[in-house]
Amino acid sequence: MALDPIEAAVALHRFGFGPRAGSIALLASDPRGALLAELDRPNVGQVANAGLMTSGQINRVTFEFNAERQAKQRLEARRKEAEKQEAAKRAAEGAAVESAAMEKSMEAKSMEAAAPAAPPNPPPETPMRENFIREAKAHYDAAINAEIGFVERLVWFWSNHFCVNADGTVMAGAYEREAIRPHVLGRFVDMLLAAESHPAMLIYLDNVQSTGPNSVAGINQNRGLNENLAREILELHTLGVRTVYTQEDVTSFAKVITGWTLLTTATNPHNGGEFLYHPRMHEPGAQTVLGKSYRDTGVEQGRAVLTDLARHPATAKHIATKLARHFIADEPPPALVERLTQRFIETEGDLWQVSKALLAAAESWLPERAKIKRPAEWFVAVRRAAGFSGGPPGPILQGANRLGEPLWRPPAPKGFSDDNSAWLDGLAHRLDSANAFAQNTAARLDPNAVMEAGLGPLASPETRQAVARAESKAQALTFVIMAPEFQRR
Amino acid sequence: MSTMLHAPTRRALLLGSGALFAWAFVPRIARAEGRDPRFLTIVLRGALDGLAAVAPVGDPDWIKLRGDNALRLDGKSPALPLDGFFALNPAMPNLHRLYKAGQAIVAHAVATPYRERSHFDGQDVLESGYARVGRADTGWLNRVLAGLAPGDRVQSLPHGSAHGRRSFAVGPITPLVVRGSAPVLSWVPSRLPPVGDETTMRLLEIYRQTDPMLARVLEDRINLTKIAGSDPSRRSGENTGPAIQIGNIEQVRAYFAEAAGGAAKFLASADGPRVGALALDGWDTHVNEGAVNGRLSALLGALDAAIAAIETNMGAAWSETVVALITEFGRTARINGNDGTDHGTATVALFAGGALKGGRIVADWPGVKEADLYQNRDLKPTTDLRAVLKGLLKDHLRVEEQVLATDIFPDSEAAKPIEGLLA
Repeated sequence: MALDPIEAAVALHRFGFGPRAGSIALLASDPRGALLAELDRPNVGQVANAGLMTSGQINRVTFEFNAERQAKQRLEARRKEAEKQEAAKRAAEGAAVESAAMEKSMEAKSMEAAAPAAPPNPPPETPMRENFIREAKAHYDAAINAEIGFVERLVWFWSNHFCVNADGTVMAGAYEREAIRPHVLGRFVDMLLAAESHPAMLIYLDNVQSTGPNSVAGINQNRGLNENLAREILELHTLGVRTVYTQEDVTSFAKVITGWTLLTTATNPHNGGEFLYHPRMHEPGAQTVLGKSYRDTGVEQGRAVLTDLARHPATAKHIATKLARHFIADEPPPALVERLTQRFIETEGDLWQVSKALLAAAESWLPERAKIKRPAEWFVAVRRAAGFSGGPPGPILQGANRLGEPLWRPPAPKGFSDDNSAWLDGLAHRLDSANAFAQNTAARLDPNAVMEAGLGPLASPETRQAVARAESKAQALTFVIMAPEFQRR
Repeated sequence: MSTMLHAPTRRALLLGSGALFAWAFVPRIARAEGRDPRFLTIVLRGALDGLAAVAPVGDPDWIKLRGDNALRLDGKSPALPLDGFFALNPAMPNLHRLYKAGQAIVAHAVATPYRERSHFDGQDVLESGYARVGRADTGWLNRVLAGLAPGDRVQSLPHGSAHGRRSFAVGPITPLVVRGSAPVLSWVPSRLPPVGDETTMRLLEIYRQTDPMLARVLEDRINLTKIAGSDPSRRSGENTGPAIQIGNIEQVRAYFAEAAGGAAKFLASADGPRVGALALDGWDTHVNEGAVNGRLSALLGALDAAIAAIETNMGAAWSETVVALITEFGRTARINGNDGTDHGTATVALFAGGALKGGRIVADWPGVKEADLYQNRDLKPTTDLRAVLKGLLKDHLRVEEQVLATDIFPDSEAAKPIEGLLA
């Protein structure tokens, strides 16, 4: 078979996380075949989770940690109060203040002030923070070390489609491993069920408190519905905004999923933080969603609605459009969207088949590289081209924060945008990040090697010339990773 | 995110945020003499135009060589006279004041042994101290430290972490000149290093030629006030329009001052390090060099302010300080077709510090007549930069001459240390 290094390089950038040294040559004989082969690799898309806590575990650890901290703070407050009373007593007895001691402490302060600015002391470590770092490392290392990274790209896509927010939950990392990864090449309906019933999602979109107005708990505690999750499922996760559903559908669906909540750790030290279907909060009776009546079968009522939503043609079209937009173009070719929609419908949302259809479509291989890499994706591609194999996630986390794509902290339930326009504004900041990376690594990297590894035949003569004429290794490296060929896919 | 600062990632954070100052520890010998010398090396990456920093205004061929781009003693921005023959760029009043106070030395027409014109290779030779390309594992300043008795300061560093300071060495991010076996620690200015104008302009040029959309975005976002020929279809080489103003010179100034001033605070503190190095980029002025009122003048101004920040922050220790500002090579003697200069050979090295016997020029002036130029294009090197550095290391840090000739600058016997540079 004829070698096609250009298509190999495009394949790696467009569908993977960018080339590593040698991967362009490795794929050159059959780029599409290599991508397809990745889909069939055993355990692809899963992370070996040694040392990573389940969502329930991190939830309970957090609860215990906070409880202990609170107890310590209370003890400390009591001690201080007692001291204060003691001091007041002594002051009343007329004890003099030791002025010498006072002066001494002033002197110490001024010496501190004279010392040069040091990196701030690390804040006290918490199990939550440590866990976040471990999860972030697992997340980024999986991308950095993937052979091509198509499946990891799919993980990122789906994780963003069904996003949660780490500001509101300690489970964001576990959520990705538990709800997204197992189904990334499985059936859409299974991912949907896993995501919507995951405690991280139930917390993020406020379903934990949503109570059927006519449920026992609703009547006794005078509580009611929270529509947030139901609406976002219809609008963002399945059918798509302004499609076939009405406000009545939202309200009914919200009633259907009342009682989808989680076990509290205060009363369940062994299973706290895990999913709980709570019948006492569940709205009794049949509900009609999209014209179909669903009997009250408890938790199964919600599953039935989700299962139907998963096979609705509007969902197929919504997902097909988003996939094509993510991988191919902001305004994806209608033929491609149609092809993926049909594949989704034919296979009842088999994501393995839909992913294959994406690779097989001629429209997926247009030479124009229409998409700008998102920031985190670019940081990963840079590290792959540079020959890194992971490491502490701090630099990528920091960089992604600066460039507006903080890990598992999307601005809204819609997730991070997949439009070029959302990221182009940050191009100058990206240059700052590129420059900082280059300054820090130029000493151990050969810019030409990074260019050959990361761009190979895609490097334009202009880029090559600029690299050759650069005033420093750092500048050369900046050109490589800021070159249009490296920014686009 | 600020919450990332725990033990394993802290180092990574440092790696990720731009590092620039490294240090190591002091010579016991000098301390035995009752001195406490400080030595700071600043590498100016990109090849500083020595003739634009310090001009031979007394050379009869000077104006002919550079024409309108020549620094001169008259005119709107008169150069600052040094010794009747040389004059300093007007953007550097602090260095001029130090020179007049006997605390600065200019070495002119200097060069390392490197005679090609590649930045990377030139910097490797400059910083490694080896006579030839290909040895980029250790730097001469580190070998100086490794060769001296390390002293006992390692145990009393400012704000080292409890994790053990020796292991805190961050080799890859330190300038080559100070990399090697002697323990080196680093400190990172709080801000990201600014992207040099030259880097931005060249990247923009790539974008203009290959990706008009990205070019437009970058132009919009970096506050270009005036761009000649922003038409994306223009090819390189035609970009000879008026000076391009990029709004980041204040950023550059702030960064230079913070990096150099921060280094000085460390060197000044009683228990701090005594030898350090940092690198300041951006000197590769191929287009619209602007030696008098343009970009190079602004950069030199930023460098001058950085020197002032060092002096201020050194406090009383300034009297025991030598700061060496060195660059990989010079630039073409003549102005090129883009009002800039291309890679050349000999250039200046600037030295400041209270420990110097300053107020003088070290130069064996080659002249700038056509026949005097190196390969009919560059200022001819007549002084070996290593001889100047060796003189400083010998008298300031008490490195033995034999060690200098074999370990620090191998194969440099012929370049004898220049004597008498220290007060």
